[in-house]
Amino acid sequence: METRGTRFSLAVWAAAVVFFLWFPLVLICLYAFNSSNIQSWPIAGFTLHWFSVAWHDTEARSALWLSLEAALLATSVALVLGTMAAFAVSRFRFFGRDVVSFIVVLPIALPGVITGIALASFFSFGTITFSLWTIVVGHATFCIVVVYNNVVARLRRTQTSLMEASMDLGADGWQTFRYVTFPVVSTALISGALLAFALSFDEVIVTTFTAGAQNTLPLWIFGNIRLGQQLPEVNAVVFVIIAATVLPVTIAQRLTSDTGILRRT
Amino acid sequence: MNNATYRTIALRTIGIAALVTLTDALIAFPFAYYMARLASRRTRTLLFVLVLLPLWSSYLARIYAWRLILAHDGALNWSLAKLGLPTTGVAYTNTAMWIVFSYVWLPFMILPVYAALERIPDSYVEASRDLGAKGWTTFRRVVLPLALPGVVAGSIFTFSLTLGDYITPTLVGNTQFIGNVVYRNVLGLSHDLPFAAAYATIPLLVMGVYLTLAKRAGAFEAL
Repeated sequence: METRGTRFSLAVWAAAVVFFLWFPLVLICLYAFNSSNIQSWPIAGFTLHWFSVAWHDTEARSALWLSLEAALLATSVALVLGTMAAFAVSRFRFFGRDVVSFIVVLPIALPGVITGIALASFFSFGTITFSLWTIVVGHATFCIVVVYNNVVARLRRTQTSLMEASMDLGADGWQTFRYVTFPVVSTALISGALLAFALSFDEVIVTTFTAGAQNTLPLWIFGNIRLGQQLPEVNAVVFVIIAATVLPVTIAQRLTSDTGILRRT
Repeated sequence: MNNATYRTIALRTIGIAALVTLTDALIAFPFAYYMARLASRRTRTLLFVLVLLPLWSSYLARIYAWRLILAHDGALNWSLAKLGLPTTGVAYTNTAMWIVFSYVWLPFMILPVYAALERIPDSYVEASRDLGAKGWTTFRRVVLPLALPGVVAGSIFTFSLTLGDYITPTLVGNTQFIGNVVYRNVLGLSHDLPFAAAYATIPLLVMGVYLTLAKRAGAFEAL
């Protein structure tokens, strides 16, 4: 229905949007190799020096470890709770089902500071001191959604007759789960886990409210950018993070190309 | 709460959130349309990945990149100077926040709009044409109404994420957002948790109203 002119303009528009999305990323990656410690454009020269500085920085390293631990734990919590919620909502009808599915998805539709202040006041009323676990709880609130959505999308596309056939053929509940249900949802679980991990690893806003004096890697980066400290090191770390997201996201996308992991929802 | 400063901050946050949502909708729609209805299968997959990767790559890194681009001695002013144009002082202004917010949330708008457009069966478009509608009429009367829930779904993210953000205003702006006030009162120097909680009800209420309206527009099925 489109004229040739329209088609052409839309193609140009698409190219412009891709450029808009990518040039800041490319630029920030170039800054990682800046030989000067003044962050102006164009960069002064090429060096790999800042990567080794960042690697030997103990503060950055402990922040990295904390981030990895938190992401791993939050992902595990999200896998268990998100999968169970997904099965409950898509396989059974029960009182309050719509409310449950709404509440699970709510944390991503709510502004980050609200989740943050809610958790911060909860911890302060319960006199819970900030620890790795408070970070994990904060991250789990939105990691659950990713796993939940992936599994729900997969279950919606799977006919229940598959499970019924297995039961009719004499398999018990566990066997059906082990040989039929689990293989069906397994790739959705992997992609959900990868995405939950990426989400947790990158989170700043909720984390500031639940970390206390601890530094995750994003908090370390944020603090340094705000104060204008150690920027060459920050550039190098940021480069590594960007490079590291390419792989899990591409894998997750491949694994769920049938349901489409779509957005972060 | 009656303090004029806090009212200004709330209005500024909501205003910029609305502006960012509108900007993203205008940028995303033609792009998603191209992706869903004109691009070849291979191009579509490629574009999909090209939108997905920035969405998942570090959020801080993307804001930081813009801080460097917009800086006085950054890439923007460098390019302008090369072209013989006057340099701009856009760094650390509301305009900078508007650009950066529109940038970081753009993929959140593209993906639901794309999903909505892709779901429209070709037969609907053909039927409209068979019944004598011109291209523009078909677009306005068939495609647009069917794609609208996708736009609303995307706007939930662009709007809500802007309302609850304090990182972008801190790094590329020089004015306060609701998030900055909440953050400062919970964790910063002016420690006042009850005030922060009361102030945080503003975005909560705004989102409550917004989600109710979105649900009515059928946006939840498009999520």
